Order: sequence, then structure tokens, then C-alpha cells
Amino acid sequence: MIRHLLSAADLDAATATQILDTAAEMATVAGREVKKLPALRGRTVVNLFYEDSTRTRISFEAAAKRLSADVINFSAKGSSVTKGESLKDTALTLQAMGADAVVVRHPASGAPHRLADWVDGSVVNAGDGTHEHPTQALLDAYTMRSRLGRLAGLHVAVVGDVLHSRVARSNVLLLSTLGAKVTLVGPPTLIPVDIAAALAPGTDVSYDLDVVLPDVDVVMMLRVQRERMKDSYFPSAREYARRYGLDGPRMRRLPEHAIVMHPGPMNRGMEITPEVADSPRSTIVEQVANGVSVRMAVLYLLLGGNKL
Amino acid sequence: MTAYLITNVSVVGAAPTDLLIRDGVVAATGAGLSAPDATVVDGTGLVALPGLVDLHTHLREPGREDAETVESGSRAAALGGYTAVCAMANTSPVADTAGVVEQVWRLGREAGLVDVQPIGAVTVGLAGERLAELGAMADSAAQVRIFSDDGHCVADPLLMRRALEYVKAFDGIIAQHAEEPRLTEGAQMHEGEVSTRLGLTGWPAVAEEAIIARDVLLAEHVGSRLHVCHVSTAGSVEVLRQAKARGVRVTAEVTPHHLLLTDVKATTYDPVYKVNPPLRTATDVAALRVALAEGVIDIIATDHAPHAVEDKECEWAYARPGMLGLETALSIALDVLGPQWELIAERMSRAPARIAGLDSHGLDPAPGVPANLTLVDPAARWVVEPAELASHSRNTPYARMTLPGRIVATFLRGEPTVLDGKAVK
Repeated sequence: MIRHLLSAADLDAATATQILDTAAEMATVAGREVKKLPALRGRTVVNLFYEDSTRTRISFEAAAKRLSADVINFSAKGSSVTKGESLKDTALTLQAMGADAVVVRHPASGAPHRLADWVDGSVVNAGDGTHEHPTQALLDAYTMRSRLGRLAGLHVAVVGDVLHSRVARSNVLLLSTLGAKVTLVGPPTLIPVDIAAALAPGTDVSYDLDVVLPDVDVVMMLRVQRERMKDSYFPSAREYARRYGLDGPRMRRLPEHAIVMHPGPMNRGMEITPEVADSPRSTIVEQVANGVSVRMAVLYLLLGGNKL
Repeated sequence: MTAYLITNVSVVGAAPTDLLIRDGVVAATGAGLSAPDATVVDGTGLVALPGLVDLHTHLREPGREDAETVESGSRAAALGGYTAVCAMANTSPVADTAGVVEQVWRLGREAGLVDVQPIGAVTVGLAGERLAELGAMADSAAQVRIFSDDGHCVADPLLMRRALEYVKAFDGIIAQHAEEPRLTEGAQMHEGEVSTRLGLTGWPAVAEEAIIARDVLLAEHVGSRLHVCHVSTAGSVEVLRQAKARGVRVTAEVTPHHLLLTDVKATTYDPVYKVNPPLRTATDVAALRVALAEGVIDIIATDHAPHAVEDKECEWAYARPGMLGLETALSIALDVLGPQWELIAERMSRAPARIAGLDSHGLDPAPGVPANLTLVDPAARWVVEPAELASHSRNTPYARMTLPGRIVATFLRGEPTVLDGKAVK
């Protein structure tokens, strides 16, 4: 097993599949009366969050606690971080406290890589800047596999602000590792340069959502910040929604079996309409539940926990 | 004043000869010289070059003496074979007045290891809003001739035009940091495949090329001298090639790191590789090497940019851009160009001295010439240990690399600043 999970590129197909299979076992715990395993008893997991992200933090916290780990939440707000302590000094502090794993969310791309140089424990990237969010990609893959029965051969459209999306980068990497095909869809201003060469050859790019929809098994909508229009990425939220938003009529262009995903939090009315978000095709709530199982699997495997 | 007899040394790659240095000048050359009073330096196997001249050095003083001082930077320069460096204006306070440039000039004289020629800011506080008192800096004891807002681009086309025109009165030159600021907001590294993979905001090549294209047209229009700092892209080379073919009075520099390293280095997220302009692609590196050999790019300049540990030992996005360069430049040039001594002397000494107007530098050792020269051992190889560098800072991108060529001695006006590979003070 790998020591850190910094990028979805750290995972080969066998390791990724092992995580998804382990997550499926972990999911059975959620159905029990006592939702707890002793696997990581006596181990310490630190949630080091430099960005507000309640959903990701509580997902990791629930995952660690269900494995009986001791959890320390270290939030950038109200800590020494706001007094200007460097990431390195924080890392050395966590090291001295004996953290077995550090789950880090940070606004700067690559911060988890830096952290991994300075601590002995495992580092899990819980989202770094506009780089990656590998556990999100794992929970997305898990959700696709449980809904559609497989990953190899699936065609997944990832739609929206790919340029600023760590979710998109991790998904392209992981899905291609697992044999799915990805088409990135969005306005040209929000598709980063050389994306296929950068991440996974075979990744397609389209600027026309309507053309792509009839041919996909999964459509994953990315959060698009309305403020992006101030930087001229698109003229207005309304024009964005009209061209790239997923509404009812567009959803009906999808094949019968296709599912709709969103990593949350959603901008209802921007990239997705309530009709779509609340439809049976939508896996948005499942994704949240699956997130806990997948993060349990990641922590369990990285920390080499006891037998289940 | 001690006399020095350097025996059996190859002057810029020619057949070995002896050099007698006395009273600050090269007193005699030729095989079998005898001078009983002189200290003998065995030059066997060594190459004598005119002392190197760096047109682009950050000495950080005043303001960031924790990162570098005029003295520590001067020592690094001497150890790198330099006898003159041009100190960039982005200090704190900014070198935008006669007072600050005279202070830097005086500190350089006191250190006495290289000639420190201050560069003046083009605009007050590097803010890009109004011209600094360029004439006052030119008339000061520092006799400033090069003006640059380096670190910032003089982006306003009207201001750039005026600056180019104004400095004609005292044969000045504007050294432009070519970076269209609107195209590089938040930029962290070269925009391309690697920036996409790393999720770091891209610094597109066109942001440099667009400014160079504009500035060569402006320089042509007003008939002024333009110098382009740290050219980093293949596209910039083409713009310069065309401008030079038309006769525009433009010169250009390339840094050692842009001749050797590529954006792939960013993959570690170690900000020691963060620099502005950023490391580019292998295609750009190849084009820059060709341009340097052809003379489309006139000189190698270090852009020596010391930074304190805390400004580099952090997240990539929060780190300051810049790399050390003075102590490794000649080795990188040797690595990239091979032992083309004529070319190295031209690109690292004669041409930068001409551009800067430093009349006593950039002259091959010959009778009567000021004895500003350096002795290189081309056969030596050395491992770059950051802690052993003379600079106060440690941000070298070549840590633990083995590099060819070692500076054995450097003479400034006949006095050794480096002997046996060690600074004399």
C-alpha cells in the first residue's frame, strides 16, 4: 500500500480497486446498530483544514471515528495559523504530537506534497487549491460502480469549471486508470491547456454539452462560482446556465440508465436545476454517504489497520 | 601593491602564456615572463577570462539584509568569477533616488570585492505610475545608466515610451521586465501541460512576448536603447530576431536557469524552482541556447535572487520567486555551451560591459588593460552544497548537482578577490 494519498495518480488500478472493495465492506458498518470498528484504535488522525469545508471535514471525521481512531481537528481559524505559523512549523507540531495520519485541506496547490516532506505519518490530500481531491474521485468512482455495476468502458462527462476544479483533475486521473473514458465539457475559457497530455491521453474535450449528453453513462456537474464572470471566463451566470447548465430538457437527452453526479455544494439554478438535482438519476446524496465509506477505506489501508 | 605573475595560462582559450599584473593593469603578456617581485600563480590548465559582468543581480540591501547584503553578494560574485555586477533597484527603500543608488554604490566600494553598479528604478517605488528622477540618478556618484523596474513590468505604454525617450539625454538604457501584468495575475508557473497537471495558475509565454513586441516597436519609434531582461520563451527569441534584423537598438539577456531547467521541476512543488519569468519547456530551452549562440540573445545574466529560508520553505503559491545564480553561472554556461571560451567571454563579460557602459570591464587581458579577470579550471568538477555558498541565502536550484568548471582566482584592478578558489576577504 502507498504511504500518502496526494494525487489520484498515486493509485494504480489494483490499489484503486482495493480501496473501492474495502469501501464496500466499510459500507456494511453504516447499516449496523453500532457503527464502529476497532481497526484504528489508539491511532491519531489529524484533520488539518486551512479552508472552510464542513462537509469534507465531517466526512473524514466520521470515517476516522468509525474506525475508532482518535481525531484531532486542527482548523486554520482560531489557531496559531492565523498568527502566521508556517506550514512547516505546524507540520513539526503535528509530528511531535504523534499524528499517524494528517488529512489536509489547503487553498494552495501542492501544500499536501510539502507537508509529506515534513511529517512521518501518512498525508491524505483532502483538496489542495486547484490541484486535486483524490478521495472525492474515489467516492465518485465508488458511486458509479455501485449504480452502474462497472467502471471499465463507462463514458463520463465532467461539465463546468474544469480549470479551477480539483475534483475534475482527480476524476480524470482515476477514471482513466480504471478504464473509463472522460469527456470534459465547458466553455473554452474554463478548460485548461493541454489537459489530455497533462492528465490522461484519450481524454476528450467538448464545448457543446447537448452533443455529448446522449452518449454518456455519467454526467458530473462541477460547481461554478458566479464570481468567475468578473474575470471574463463567461459573460454572465445566465448565459453560463443556458449553455452549460443541466436542466430537465437536457437531462432527458441522457440515455435511460445514465446518472447525474455533483460533488457539492451545488449552485442550484447555475450549473444544475432543482428538477435535476432532486431527480432519481441524481446520486448527490449517495455520494455523501459513500464518502464516509471510501475515506474509512483510505485511512484503514494507509494506516495498515488491524484485520476487520 | 603586490604584483602577480600568472604562468602558463590560456587567455580565452588561446595557447598558454604568462600574464604579469602590476599596478592594477596587465603589465605584460607572453611566454617566459620573469618578475622576481611578483607572486606567482600557476595557471597551468587554467583559462583566463575577462572578469565576468552581471547585468542583473539582486543584492537585497537596503531592506532585506537577512537574504543578502552588498558585501555577501559581492563575495558570491567574486567567487563566481565576476568583477562587476549591476544591482537591481527593487530594494526597500527602492533605488529610485540619487540617495539610494549612491548608498548601494558606496556599500559596493566598501566591500571592495566587485564593482557594484547600481541600476535605478524607472518609476517611483516601482509603482509604474510616474518616472523616478532618472537624471538625478545619472548625475549622482553612482552614474546610473541602466534603469529597470525589474520584478515589475513598465506596463503602461506611454510611460515606457517616455522613459525610453528621456534616458537618451544621458545615453541611458531601459531594462524591461517583460510581463504583461493582466495576463499573469496570480501566475505561479509556465502555462502548459505541467501547470494544468499541478493545478498552478499559468504564466503564459505570450505575456512576455507581447511586451517585448510592443517595446521593440516603441524603441524603434523613438530611436532609444532597450534591454530585455531574462528572455525565457522561443516566441520572444523570434520577436527579438526580427527586431534586430530591422536594426532596432535592442539587447537581451538569458539566465543560466532558463538555459538548463524546465517547468517539469515544479512537479515537486518545491518553491526553490519558482522563479519569474518561470522555467519554461524543453522547446524554449533549445531555442534560447540557439539564440545565445547566434547572438540574438546578447548576454547571460544571472538574475541572482537571494531569498530567506522562510520565503522558500513554504507552499509554492506563497513563496517568493527567484534563484541564486552568481556562484554557479559560469559552471552552467560551461555545461550548456561547452568550452567555447570566446563565446563565453563575449556573452558573460564583453557584451554586458558594453551594454552597461562599464569601460574598465569586459576587456581581454592584454598589456595596459585594467586587470579585471578571472581564472577558470575547466577540468574541475564540483558539487553544489547550498550551505557552502557565500550568499546569505540557500535557494539554489542546483543543490547537490555536480557542475563543471571552478573559479580558481579573480582579480579586480590587479588585486585578487579570490585566490585558490577562496575569497580573500
